[in-house]
Amino acid sequence: MPTVSFAPQLQRHVSCPTQIVSAASLGEALTAAFLAAPLMQSYVLDDQGHVRKHVAVFVNNEMIASRRDLSLAVGEKDSIIVIQALSGG
Amino acid sequence: MSTLLIASRKGLFTADHHSADGKWQITGHHFHGEPVSQVLADPRDGTWYAALRLGHFGVKLRRSADRGATWVEIPAPAFPPKPTEGEWADDATPWTVDLVWSLAAGGAHEPKTLWAGCMPAGLFRSQDGGDSWQLIDSLWLDARRKGWFGGGNDHPGLHSICVDPNNSQRLTIAISCGGVWKSEDAGKSWGLFGNGMHAPYMPPEVEEDPNTQDGHSLSMCAAHPEVMWVQHHAGAYRSVDGGVNFTRLTPPLPSDFGFVIVADPVNPLRAWVAPALADTFRYAPDGAMCVMRTDDGGKTWQAFRNGLPQTHAYDLVYRHGLALAPDRNTMAMASTTGNAWTSVDAGENWVSLGAQLPPVAAVAWA
Repeated sequence: MPTVSFAPQLQRHVSCPTQIVSAASLGEALTAAFLAAPLMQSYVLDDQGHVRKHVAVFVNNEMIASRRDLSLAVGEKDSIIVIQALSGG
Repeated sequence: MSTLLIASRKGLFTADHHSADGKWQITGHHFHGEPVSQVLADPRDGTWYAALRLGHFGVKLRRSADRGATWVEIPAPAFPPKPTEGEWADDATPWTVDLVWSLAAGGAHEPKTLWAGCMPAGLFRSQDGGDSWQLIDSLWLDARRKGWFGGGNDHPGLHSICVDPNNSQRLTIAISCGGVWKSEDAGKSWGLFGNGMHAPYMPPEVEEDPNTQDGHSLSMCAAHPEVMWVQHHAGAYRSVDGGVNFTRLTPPLPSDFGFVIVADPVNPLRAWVAPALADTFRYAPDGAMCVMRTDDGGKTWQAFRNGLPQTHAYDLVYRHGLALAPDRNTMAMASTTGNAWTSVDAGENWVSLGAQLPPVAAVAWA
């Protein structure tokens, strides 16, 4: 089962522990992780369920290619990490 | 004495009046470093609401029942899924809230009702004190929305919401650039009004089209809700029929460009503006700040400068950057340069808060 973790910059707003979830896709894994902290969903996904443009999602060491299509298959040993994209001043 | 709330680019500040030295002082800083786009102190129960626009993580709402001692996060307005077929499938406007631009309390007899105006220009209502929000479909799905556009922003935004104190079913709203709209049934249906406004920068055939007028702010006289004032992109306007028709006012000098207009809640002839030089020169005319007030319904204006910087002042006061306290004499003003001032005599004399704040989006009295 994949692991989902959120960066400290997100945890600063909403506490959400690293979790091992039962999921076959990236979207399912995020949805499962949000159950532990429902407010986290709006920090990561926009109104349309797309990954926010200043948020980056990595599966293992690779950033996902699409913010809209979260059907990417994930497996037992995969690690999903959600971070903020650095920007602003 | 009221507390002043200052919504800034890097947090919400509070300021209080210390009678010992006669000055206002910053007394609190909430949401350190986070952009706060709007703040509401609900006059019905004293609850504070703060709208955040987090750079990475979107729009958030926080609520405080104890005047800022503690805050809780509550759901923010959000659009429903964008249709994949039909009239709105190719809508060029994103169905994602980018900014909560206006917050308003509902009527006295509906204590949990709140209104939120957003960018893109969706209107949302909460009937449970902000625990949930519903998009007002009747406005969002009005085909005339396709004619709106952003004025200085990528998308149109809903910045002003006036709830008639005598009839909370009657709403009047203003959109940049989308005109003035009214509902008589709490948002079930809408009419486009704001007749009489003129946008000289538009193609000649549509200069007077109500659907694309850029009222920068709309303010209502609470005791005479038929009297409404608009600081338009091109001049100041007043309505005496609840926003249906507007009359261009005598241009206040040195400029009738600006963003904010504030109506006196009792005197239908009094209002204030904070002029800027022009749309292409968004700072105080000649680098000298003033607040202008009319006491005769916009026939004449007085400029008040005492206490405001008169040399090399490049401040701009946004559309929510000037506020009148309930006593109708105490005022606050703050700018994009992070300066803030207060007045105790209806804007005639000003005192600097003496703080170098971040750019200010809104001020309010609590």
